Amino acid sequence: METVFYERDKLLVFRITEEIDDYSVQKIRRKADYEIERYMPKRVVFDFDSVTFMDSAGIGLIIGRYKFVKMLGGNLELTNLTSSIKRIFEMSGILKLIPVTDSITK
Amino acid sequence: MEFENEMKLEFISKSANEAFARISVAAFASQLDPTIEELADIKTAVSEAVTNCIIHGYDKRQGIVKIFARLKENEIILEISDKGKGIENIDMAKEPLYTTKPNLERSGMGFTIMESFMDKVDVESVVGLGTKVTMSKKIKNKIENDDDEEEFSMITNE
Repeated sequence: METVFYERDKLLVFRITEEIDDYSVQKIRRKADYEIERYMPKRVVFDFDSVTFMDSAGIGLIIGRYKFVKMLGGNLELTNLTSSIKRIFEMSGILKLIPVTDSITK
Repeated sequence: MEFENEMKLEFISKSANEAFARISVAAFASQLDPTIEELADIKTAVSEAVTNCIIHGYDKRQGIVKIFARLKENEIILEISDKGKGIENIDMAKEPLYTTKPNLERSGMGFTIMESFMDKVDVESVVGLGTKVTMSKKIKNKIENDDDEEEFSMITNE
């Protein structure tokens, strides 16, 4: 996972580059929480452009980060969802809560 | 001509093996010429079933996860099993969003995803003995090019 922080907008972007399952999610979660605490962003975007696989572990990952970011007063968004990733998120109902954006820098 | 093939896979219940399991099954299933989407569905369902064996079946203990895969005509049939602690209430376990481990950020969507990505999912479980998930999926684009096979598929699909 690659992390970019835009100081001016207090925007933190996580570009996930690994397959998301129960194994990989533990590392992603630790890294994301560390960076969120470090930068205290107003806006956090998870970019799924390079994610070739995701199972239900991704749902827990995003719900968990959503709660954490909200608690710290920020907002969380998702971008570049492939059709199969979108399907999994839709099944869980979290897209009613978490917005999907077309572009990171609006 | 009926196409048939079988394979078995056994591995230790480490979550590092989840990718190995779904990629192996996908490689085997590719003999049926599935679309990329069908293959992704199978990989996701396998990942969910194997995760259940590791996280719930064996919990923190170590055990063996078994996968038995069969290809029959244009269908893949998968049996994924553990000899772990078993499921007390299968109906409840299948409920969307139901999880016994919310503290680990488990979403409780495993069975829902298996059921929506595969054609059929059947769960057998005995508390203290283990759980076996049997699921199957018909690959739709297999019988396209061959005229004889197309007739055959029309008969079998009524």
